[in-house]
Amino acid sequence: MFIRYETIEKNAFLFLVLTLLTISIGGIVEVIPLFTIETTVEHVKGVRPYTPLESRGRDIYVREGCYLCHSQMIRALRDEVERYGHYSIAAESMYDHPFQWGSKRIGPDLARVGGKYSNDWHYAHLKNAQSVVPESLMPHYAFLEETPLDTGDLVNRLKAQRTVGVPYTAEDIDNALADLKTQADPSADNAALLKRYPKAVTVPGNPREVTEMDALVAYLQVLGTMVDFADPANENLRQ
Amino acid sequence: MSDVAIGSGVFAGASGRSAVIYNEAIVKKFVIAAMFWAIVAFLVGVVIASQLAWPTLNLGLPFTNFGRLRPVHTSAAIFAFGGSALIGTSFYIVQRTCRARLFGGEALADFVFWGYQFFIVMAALSYVMGFSQGQEYAEPEWHLDLWLTVIWVTYAIIFIGTIVKREEPHIYVANWFYMAFILTIAVLHIGNNLAMPVSLFTAKSYNIASGVQNAMIQWWYGHNAVGFFLTAGFLGMMYYFIPKAAGRPVYSYRLSIVHFWSLIFLYIWAGPHHLHWTALPDWTQTLGMAFSVMLWMPSWGGMINGIMTLSGAWDKLRTDPGLRFSVTAVGFYGMATFEGPVMSIRDVNALSHYTDWGIGHVHSGALGWVAFISFGAIYYLVPVLWQRENLYSTRLASWHYWIATLGIVFYISSMWVAGIMQGLMWRAYDQFGFLQYSFAESVNAVHPYYVIRLLGGLFFLSGALIMVYNLIQTVRSPTTERRRVLPAGAAVAGA
Repeated sequence: MFIRYETIEKNAFLFLVLTLLTISIGGIVEVIPLFTIETTVEHVKGVRPYTPLESRGRDIYVREGCYLCHSQMIRALRDEVERYGHYSIAAESMYDHPFQWGSKRIGPDLARVGGKYSNDWHYAHLKNAQSVVPESLMPHYAFLEETPLDTGDLVNRLKAQRTVGVPYTAEDIDNALADLKTQADPSADNAALLKRYPKAVTVPGNPREVTEMDALVAYLQVLGTMVDFADPANENLRQ
Repeated sequence: MSDVAIGSGVFAGASGRSAVIYNEAIVKKFVIAAMFWAIVAFLVGVVIASQLAWPTLNLGLPFTNFGRLRPVHTSAAIFAFGGSALIGTSFYIVQRTCRARLFGGEALADFVFWGYQFFIVMAALSYVMGFSQGQEYAEPEWHLDLWLTVIWVTYAIIFIGTIVKREEPHIYVANWFYMAFILTIAVLHIGNNLAMPVSLFTAKSYNIASGVQNAMIQWWYGHNAVGFFLTAGFLGMMYYFIPKAAGRPVYSYRLSIVHFWSLIFLYIWAGPHHLHWTALPDWTQTLGMAFSVMLWMPSWGGMINGIMTLSGAWDKLRTDPGLRFSVTAVGFYGMATFEGPVMSIRDVNALSHYTDWGIGHVHSGALGWVAFISFGAIYYLVPVLWQRENLYSTRLASWHYWIATLGIVFYISSMWVAGIMQGLMWRAYDQFGFLQYSFAESVNAVHPYYVIRLLGGLFFLSGALIMVYNLIQTVRSPTTERRRVLPAGAAVAGA
C-alpha cells in the first residue's frame, strides 16, 4: 500500500473524499450509458405523448399509489407473455415521468390492459372491484366518479412534461382543454384529437363535468396499445 | 432528577483528561421519536396487512385506501423510526468516540430534530391527502424533498463537524459507517428527486428522467436506501453497541476495514437486480446480478465481525436482553444478506419477483435486522441517558424478545410460502399447454398466508408496546433510581 490506512482513518476529509469516490463508480457506470447508448430505447412507430385526459388519468394513477399493487412491465418470460401479451419494451414507457413499472403484483400487470376490457367494465371495476372479480383485494374507487377533474393547471402540467422531454407541440398545448373534453364526450367530433393522438379511446363521460374516473379509464385504455407489434415497420420486435 | 443540567449532559470521566459535556438531550429526543414512530409504523403495517386480508377494511375512502397508506407505512418504518434511531444513535456515538460535544451547538441539533420530525409528519399527511411522486420510498413531493435536503445537509455538518473537532486521533469504525450513510443518502436523495414542478404553488412534479432511465435511477436509489440507510447506518450502531454491551473489543479491526470499503463499493451497483427480465438492457441486469452476488461476502464479513465480538462474553446473552436483540439482529442480517444475493440471481428472480417473497425478504431485514438492532441500542441507551440503574424489567424485555421473534417467524415464513406459491402458480401450465391458473386464483390462494402475516405483525406490534411500557417505567419508576453518587460537578449542577 502506498498510504497507511492510519492516514485515512485520521483524516476526516480524506475519508469523505475516498468514500464519495467509492460510492460513485457503480452508479456512474450503470446510469450514464443508458442515456448515451442508442439501442437502450428502441425506435418504434406508434409511441406518442399521452392525451391531456390520459395524462391527467396517469396523475391520478400515481396519486392513488396504483403502482404499489400493479406492475406495468411484462417480463420477457414465456408465462408472462402468454398471460399479459408481448413483453414490454423500453420505448413504451419513454414518455412516462415517472416510470410506473412497479415491483409487486398484488393485482395483475397492467402494461397491456388497454382495450382488454370495455369502458363499462372499468367503471364498474373501479367503483367496486369485487362486483366483477369476487376474489379481488382492490379498494373501491367510487369517489373518483364523484370528483370533478381539476383542469385548472392542465396547460402547466403539459408544459412541465414538455420541459422534461415529452414532445408536446404548441398545437397540442393550445388545444389541451378542448382535447380533454372531446375525449370524455362520445358525441363530439374526435377527428382532430385522433390526428394528434392516434388510438385515443373516448370515454363515456359528461363533457361539462369530466370526472377523475373518466381520466383514469382513458389512461388505462391506452396502456400497451400504442405500439403495433404486427406492423411490418416494427418487424424487429416480433417474437 | 428533572433538572436541565443533568439532562443535557454528563461528564466523561477518564482520568487526567479534560471533561467534555455531551449533548445528550438531543439523543433523548431522537430515542423518544424513534419509539413513537416505531409504534406508528407497526400499527399502520398491521392496518394495511388487514386490508390485504379483508379488502372491505379499505373503507372506500380516499385517505384510508391501501395505495395511500402503504407509503405511510414504509416511510414511517424506514425514515421515521429508522431515521430517528440512526440520527439519535449517531449523535450519541460520535460524541463519545470523538470525545467532543456536538458541533454547532444545541440549537443546530434541535433544528435537525424538529426539522426532521416536521418532514415526516408532512410527508405522511401529504400521502393520505393524495400527493405522491409515484416512486417507491421516494414518494414525498418536491417541496418536501427540498426541505429534507436542508435538514440532511445540516445533519451532515453537525456530524462531520464533530468528527473534525474530535480529541481522539482515530475515527472510530462506527463513524465510518455513519459518514458513508450520511454522504450517500444525500447523493441518492438528490439524484433520484430531480423533478420539474408544475408550478411553484403546486405539489406535483414530473421526474426529469423517464421510462428505463428513470427505472434505473429509482432502483439505484431504492436499493441503496437499503444499502446505506438500512445497512451502513445500522452497522454503525452494531459497531458501537455490541462491543459496549458485551464489554469486548470488536472482533477484527482488519475485517472491519475490508468489509467497510468493499460493502460501500459493491452496494451501489446492486440496483438493477430489481429490474431483471424487464426492458432494462441485459448488460445492466448482468452487472447488477454479479455485484449483488459479490455483496454476500462483505455482508457476511460484517455479520462475522459483529457476532464474533461476543467471543468470551456469550454468557451475557442470558442476562442482557438488549444484547440478545442486537446479536439476533446480526443473525437476521446474515440471513437476509444471504437471501438477497440468491434472489438477485436472474433465474431465481424470475420466480420471486413481483411476489410476496420480496415482501418477506424486506421484512426479515426490516424487522429482524433494523428494528432488532435499534431495540438493542435503545434498551442500552435509555438507562444510560436517563441515568437509571437498569431497565425497569429485564423479564418484560425478554417477553418482548420472544414475542417479536415469533412475530418475525410468522411473518417471513408465511410470505415465503405465499410468494413461492404465487410464483409457481403464475408459471404453471396444464396438460394441454395452457396457463393453469387465472391471476384471481393466485389471489385467493394466498389469503390464509395474509392472515398469518397479519398475526406476525400483531405479535411484533405487541412486543413493541411492551417495550414502550418498560422504557416509560424505567424512566419513571423509583425502583430504577440510580443509587450511586453522581460525579461532583453534575451533582452541583443538578442541585
